[in-house]
Amino acid sequence: MQAEGLELWRGDRCLFRDLSFELPEEKALHVSGPNGCGKTSLLRVLCGLSEPEEGAVRWRGKSIRRDREDYHQAFAWLGHLNGFKAELSARENLAFSVSLRRKTDDEVRNNTLDQVGLTAAADLPCRVLSAGQKRRLSLATIMLSAARLWILDEPFTNLDSKGREMISELLNSHCASGGAAIVAAHQELGVEQPYLQHLKMEDAV
Amino acid sequence: MSGPMSGFGTVLARDLRLAFRRPGEMANPLLFFVLITAIFPLGLSPEPELLRTVAPGILWGAALLSSLLALDLLFKNDYEDGSLEQLVLSGHSLPVLVLAKTLAHWVVSGLPLVLAAPLLASALYLPAHAWDTLMLGLLIGTPTLSLLGAVGAALTTGLGTGSALLSLLVLPLATPILIFGARGVDLAVQGLDPVGPMYLLGAILFLAVSLLPLAIATAVRISLD
Repeated sequence: MQAEGLELWRGDRCLFRDLSFELPEEKALHVSGPNGCGKTSLLRVLCGLSEPEEGAVRWRGKSIRRDREDYHQAFAWLGHLNGFKAELSARENLAFSVSLRRKTDDEVRNNTLDQVGLTAAADLPCRVLSAGQKRRLSLATIMLSAARLWILDEPFTNLDSKGREMISELLNSHCASGGAAIVAAHQELGVEQPYLQHLKMEDAV
Repeated sequence: MSGPMSGFGTVLARDLRLAFRRPGEMANPLLFFVLITAIFPLGLSPEPELLRTVAPGILWGAALLSSLLALDLLFKNDYEDGSLEQLVLSGHSLPVLVLAKTLAHWVVSGLPLVLAAPLLASALYLPAHAWDTLMLGLLIGTPTLSLLGAVGAALTTGLGTGSALLSLLVLPLATPILIFGARGVDLAVQGLDPVGPMYLLGAILFLAVSLLPLAIATAVRISLD
């Protein structure tokens, strides 16, 4: 994945200008910077949710605007909002999110729910789950997405120390198996050195 | 991912399931439809002759307003909980997904109106031989209303207060459907052949199904930017 000369304005503030980086496979890019410096906006540009004023994002040499659906299938996105329906149970939400991407059977999904520690809460409606439990459920969707690229916006929010360790482990094994990740976070990712790449963002002007 | 319609069934099934978990929201448009038609005889006069003449207009006007009522929430809930983003980024064709959402919305808010129409028609002394035209007109007219409304809903979703703006945007576009639908019932009441307005409603529906999903998808992308 490559980003070339990205520039984005929000109102009369320039969030970033001439921002470029290259992310090879087997790397996790840690995007850090103070609050309001445009980390989320950058991630939304990389997803294709927002259009940058200048510059282009390329995936495997092709601009992401050229073949949008192909690119969307290649990555999994975890935003501030988890995208779960309050009325549906954790199990139903997971089944829906995953089935939009690929076919899985109940057993695989149950195993993943077990892995993220939600077996006991699986049949509760998402309305009554805690913020941390919802975060764990979105990790389960990311794990089952089979995507090559993970774009995660503050995945550590609301998680306990065990949950945070789980993310680090997940990122390590994802990179080891040839995947790539872009993670906006204020804390260290806990990803092993050979996989790690940094992008520090400055305050907006 | 296989096939151009992939994801359609998944989204349709989820939205229908969600709707049945929120029966209150589902009953709203129908209740509104019944209330509007019920207050006209009170305000006018209970004269069968008069009611028979105004019934097509009242029924169609009420159907139009009630299907607009529920549209506000079509994308708003998904926008607020983040699942709209996930739909856009799911790697499926977005026009197909929004078509599925709109269809689910119509099944919940439009179809009950079609089924309840004969009951209300009889309350307004509309002759029974015009009921099938009324139902057919609503059956092919209300999906178009849902599609038109979905464009407005997608455009106003990102704004905080959209509902008044939504009606303002959609009502002018929806008037042809009201006119042809009511005209068809009128013709049927007089014993004339209503096939002309019905064909026109059908043509508008085909046009809407083929073109509007693209507009809705674009509007959704704009609201997420």
